[in-house]
Amino acid sequence: MTGADAMVKSLEQESVGYVFGYPGVAICPFYNSILDSKIQTILIRTEQNAAHSASGLARLTGKPGVCAVTSGPGATNLITGIATAFADSIPLVCITGQVNSELIGSDVFQEADITGAVESFVKYSYLVKDAREIPRIFKEAFYIANSGRKGPVLIDVPIDIQQQEIGEFVYPEEVHLRTYKPTVKGNTLQIKKIVAELNKAKRPLICAGGGVRLSDAKDELRQLVEEYRIPVVSTMMGIGVMATEHPLYYGMVGNNGFPWANRAMKEADLIMMIGARVADRAVNQPERVMKDTVLIHVDVDPAEIGKNAGATIPIVGDAKHILAELSEYKIEGDYSEWITSLEQYREEMPVVRKPVEGFVDPAELIRKMSYKMEDNAIYVADVGQNQIWSCKYHVVRNGRFLTTGGMGTMGYSIPAAVGAKLACPDRQVVAVCGDGSFQMSMMELATMRQYDVPVKIVVLKNNYLGMVRQYQHFTYEDNYSVVDLSGSPDLEHIAAAYGMKFLRITDMENIDAKIDELLSGNTSCLCECIIDPMDLV
Amino acid sequence: MRRIFSVLVENRSGVLCKVAGLFSRRSFNIDSLAVGETDDHAVSLMTIMSSGTEQTLEQIEKQLNKKLDVIKVKTFEESKAITRELMLIKVKYNKGTRREIMETCEVMKAEIVDMSENQMILQICDTPEKIKLLISLLSQVSIVEVARTGTLALQKCMED
Repeated sequence: MTGADAMVKSLEQESVGYVFGYPGVAICPFYNSILDSKIQTILIRTEQNAAHSASGLARLTGKPGVCAVTSGPGATNLITGIATAFADSIPLVCITGQVNSELIGSDVFQEADITGAVESFVKYSYLVKDAREIPRIFKEAFYIANSGRKGPVLIDVPIDIQQQEIGEFVYPEEVHLRTYKPTVKGNTLQIKKIVAELNKAKRPLICAGGGVRLSDAKDELRQLVEEYRIPVVSTMMGIGVMATEHPLYYGMVGNNGFPWANRAMKEADLIMMIGARVADRAVNQPERVMKDTVLIHVDVDPAEIGKNAGATIPIVGDAKHILAELSEYKIEGDYSEWITSLEQYREEMPVVRKPVEGFVDPAELIRKMSYKMEDNAIYVADVGQNQIWSCKYHVVRNGRFLTTGGMGTMGYSIPAAVGAKLACPDRQVVAVCGDGSFQMSMMELATMRQYDVPVKIVVLKNNYLGMVRQYQHFTYEDNYSVVDLSGSPDLEHIAAAYGMKFLRITDMENIDAKIDELLSGNTSCLCECIIDPMDLV
Repeated sequence: MRRIFSVLVENRSGVLCKVAGLFSRRSFNIDSLAVGETDDHAVSLMTIMSSGTEQTLEQIEKQLNKKLDVIKVKTFEESKAITRELMLIKVKYNKGTRREIMETCEVMKAEIVDMSENQMILQICDTPEKIKLLISLLSQVSIVEVARTGTLALQKCMED
């Protein structure tokens, strides 16, 4: 057995179904060994998207997504995808080929110091120096990626190590890491303090982040919220944790969030952040917002607590465990008055949009599409204006909402949708992007065709990098710089070139029928929606 | 505010780089850094002096703890620790300054460890303040070059 065989065997031991990647000489031993395995390989069209697809898959399966690329440019191309997964706390195991271990450091062909390059955005990285360590390293990598605060782990394997004979393959049953023991259970004393504060509070608010999803604490959260009638808002990464139309859910907070949700944050006398970072886009000027507020901060990563706002009650642990522990106590609070005022804010502060005739109104399109999509459909939003409209107007029922809220990497939606569809072939997957972000990942239409991954792609086309244009509109008085996307391809031809169904929607006439057509059948479809170039989120 | 971070790390290649990289990546200060093996060959001790607001110092500790190669982080104030630094300092001298330098050495408990016709190397092992003081005293003479180890520190003995 060679090192490469051991790599594949290790992936089998971790029940990996798919490996996304792009071969090159330095990873060829691995790709040769994987031919003997049931693991399916997906040749993605650029390495960055291998990480995004792995991310899409990981978010649906709850297990680390795996990608494998070659050394040098293959590895460096992967970096943006790794950084995206790190910012969004998505578990990945990224395998990179490396030049012969004896040549490392001599700048030979396709050599890059990838472990050095990714240091500040991986949870951990390995440069394998002896193939006999491969089983242990893989076991550790999968454990590290998917425990505590989840994130990417990189394993760099020189080609000679992949070729090294190792004898018998023994996969370890347990990991022994003396330096890594994430706290899962919450401190009982702190739990009691939370109960006491909730008893005192008049205007409590739960702010749910992506961590609630990552720890699979959705049901526990809903139970707590419904039992004591505590209102909930969410960050962008927390969208979908509560069904959008749940009576106690008030939508997304932050500079792109709903005004009533932000008002709730300002007026609450107790905020319980669960699995959220209190980051700049969600909570502007946290010190001011939190000044007279009791801040309870639940996070599995102790470094997040107190980083952006000092917590009154910090509690380190897994959201699922902490919410379960909390459910053992009785909370004696009556928040009905507070809910009445929140309802009032929601009514008093409507979001008024003035859609221009003769274009598709993205807000209405997204809202209507939500109700027509299957109940458990997966919606993947890209980055830009399309992301903000998606966050605001997509109605999640029993489905999923995926986007990169942490890193905001354009081009995420299509490869992530591919990963999500492979993870859940029976569920409907819709990717929504702009004409800028579409062009960053349109090469993956080939991947969709090659492996028959039917995804519905909606392109909101305005011939601009809309989000930046909007920023230049407000900040630079309409002095547009480098945001004009004329020169973009005719998407009808693109669809034809990839053998995809194509649909163009130019205005709101017969919109229902058109959305039905888009969503019909388990086939891929590229749908171009012409929106007002001057539209603002 | 200044604090000492006594960081036990796995004695592996790349670990120094990871820890130093963490400081630069998050704009934390390193005032002084000293690294060496402990009694256990597999474990190194990094002694890092850093300064910043209370919040920054707390973040440094938490971020260090997140690194998988970090075994343990202890933090303490300088006043709660025994600190030492070793310095070698080469100075120029002449007939007029020789006496003065030697007197300074005597007072500061520095030792002359090498000498030529018009240069000498002094060695001092003391607290960072004393080292600073000696540098300022000798700068009035003529310093050629200076090599310092960075501060080593252990928490004072306390029966707990």
